[in-house]
Amino acid sequence: MAEAQKLEISDEIAIDIRNMNKWFGSFHVLRDIDLQVRRGERIVIAGPSGSGKSTMIRCINALEEHQQGSIEVDGTLLSSDLKNIDKIRSEVGMVFQHFNLFPHLTILENCTLAPIWVRKIPKKDAEATAMHFLEKVKIPEQANKYPGQLSGGQQQRVAIARSLCMRPRIMLFDEPTSALDPEMIKEVLDTMVSLAEEGMTMLCVTHEMGFARQVANRVIFMDAGQIVEQNEPEEFFNNPQNERTKLFLSQILGH
Amino acid sequence: MADTHAHSVAFVRKDVIPESPPPARQTGVPKWLRENLFSSWANTALTIAAAWAIYMVLSSFLPWILNGVWDASSLSQCREILAGKTGACFAVLTERWHQLLFGFTYPSELYWRPVLAFIIMLVAFAPVLFFDLPRQMLVVTVLFPFIAFYLIWGGPLLTPIIAFLGCVAGYLVFSHYGKANFATGFFGGIAAAFIVWSIGGLLVDLVRPEEPWMTPVPSRDLGGFMLNMMLGVTCVSLSVPLGIVLALGRQSDMPLIKAVCVIFIEFIRGVPLITLLFVASVMLAYFFPPESTVDLFLRVVIMITMFSSAYIAEVIRGGLAALPKGQYEAADSLGLDYPQAMRLIILPQALKISIPGIVNVAVGLFKDTTLVSVISMFDLIGMIRGPILASTEWSGVYWELFGFAALLFFVVCYGISQYSQWLERRLATDHR
Ligand SMILES: Nc1ncnc2c1ncn2[C@@H]1O[C@H](COP(=O)(O)OP(=O)(O)OP(=O)(O)O)[C@@H](O)[C@H]1O
Ligand SMILES: [Mg+2]
Repeated sequence: MAEAQKLEISDEIAIDIRNMNKWFGSFHVLRDIDLQVRRGERIVIAGPSGSGKSTMIRCINALEEHQQGSIEVDGTLLSSDLKNIDKIRSEVGMVFQHFNLFPHLTILENCTLAPIWVRKIPKKDAEATAMHFLEKVKIPEQANKYPGQLSGGQQQRVAIARSLCMRPRIMLFDEPTSALDPEMIKEVLDTMVSLAEEGMTMLCVTHEMGFARQVANRVIFMDAGQIVEQNEPEEFFNNPQNERTKLFLSQILGH
Repeated sequence: MADTHAHSVAFVRKDVIPESPPPARQTGVPKWLRENLFSSWANTALTIAAAWAIYMVLSSFLPWILNGVWDASSLSQCREILAGKTGACFAVLTERWHQLLFGFTYPSELYWRPVLAFIIMLVAFAPVLFFDLPRQMLVVTVLFPFIAFYLIWGGPLLTPIIAFLGCVAGYLVFSHYGKANFATGFFGGIAAAFIVWSIGGLLVDLVRPEEPWMTPVPSRDLGGFMLNMMLGVTCVSLSVPLGIVLALGRQSDMPLIKAVCVIFIEFIRGVPLITLLFVASVMLAYFFPPESTVDLFLRVVIMITMFSSAYIAEVIRGGLAALPKGQYEAADSLGLDYPQAMRLIILPQALKISIPGIVNVAVGLFKDTTLVSVISMFDLIGMIRGPILASTEWSGVYWELFGFAALLFFVVCYGISQYSQWLERRLATDHR
């Protein structure tokens, strides 16, 4: 918690979601989402299963399309214009629950692919960057292996490094640790903590409440497609306002 | 449970018994024989029956091969030499060797041209099939279609050069405009190629030399196994890319493109190949402008390519469907655009899954090239059924000729199958 306070948060708005609504067919998944994320903020999103957490962060890099309202990322309005979508996607990194590494490419190739083809960076430089980030997630020695040869925790750290190689200004995490065994969760969380310490803007869907307490400067609680409550972690955990939040916290922290 | 078990065990050995050598009957050949051939009464009976069957086949087949006559000028001469013994008349193969390979009208003094084309083909395909070879070899691959065309058909040198320049122009336009907008680049590229080809066509007519370096050979003079190879190689190389395009088109979000691909695939798959070949031989001429007589070879290539590309498209669609959605999402989230995501992430994986299916279609296609014999093209089977069996010298020599044809096809198809297994092993990186 102490660390969270130390970090500076600018007034610049990194993500601006206004009055966003989304439907899957006739099912109203997201209702009137309003969310402003400032640069350097670290936000943890919690909520029961099916509440629309994944859908919301997937809307931010247009993996899902929203039907109403506006999303602005770094001043670029997310519309159906493919140019804007590609621009936003190259600025926003995403880490998935199931890693989604490319199994036919080596770890190094996984990390250099997008910088080479999207950013048009020379192969040598891209490889240097990749090795830098692989060292940061502490697995440079695996660079020439294939994803299938790595453990789950290692794969997830590669996935984080792969996103970082694009030098994103914002990182989205969708339950990055929930497909992992307990002993691997820590190594991934450590990586994320060090990322937070460097001032990365992060949106993180997770059930790791310890991580939320340590790193987040805002916790958002979602239920039935709405943001029900948001607060600083201290307040959120010690003094929840909403009934549904209380119920959720008692369930998740009760045992 | 654990309790009852513990009570029911009366005796537990505490120390390990030292290893003793296996009984003599448990090792080596006798053991293998007993276990695999004579393990039960039924098994023994089957073994004896099988041994008898093998003996029967070999005892009539081996003399037939070993007594074979390799040097004679007709079937009756073969019979004289054999003088009543059983024996094959392989002389037909040696005597008609060139006809079996090149057909009966390809000028014999020009046989070196298709042979040379065949050798260059081996060099051209090597870097595509074995991607560890140096990439510079791809130059040969790119030039090969034009060289092979020039070697096999001959005619003015300008023709393949213009054809090549047209492709280069199309590629340049595509790579220049295709980045900004795929459709502009694609259709612009096709237009540029056609412009070059039509201007070049006029040019070829103007400067047509009296005596071209390479004597022109018309398509109807092609024949024999060479024709099967040419059809097989051309159609497989064309139908794999076309199949990929159709499979991607079938997945497209754009309704028009999707409908065109679905209708094409379903229609072609619902029609027998032989029907398409008859269409090629008699009817396709109606679709082309009346003054242009499109070559029969080209018409057949179009039909076989369409046929097999529809099948390959379905095989690749299966491969695409097998990929987890997360692969598309990861590619999207990194900012790769559609062509990049397809080329770098999706297709390499989908094609790898599809290799057995594609090879299956390719092998089938290669064998189906013999169907052109029914539209009076003289491929290997056409040669055998037509000029050779109909000749007075060799009428009645069925086994030797068709056995030879089967052997040739088997060698090629078995090679393809072995290659595909090597490729699958080579590409296995998922370590599951
Ligand atoms: N592609 C889809 N089509 C239709 N409905 C969907 C689709 N994706 C998600 N949903 C529905 O939308 C709702 C929200 O899904 P979402 O994945 O965002 O939930 P979540 O909060 O991430 O849940 P979890 O914690 O289980 O991951 C769920 O009821 C889900 O069934
Ligand atoms: Mg989710």
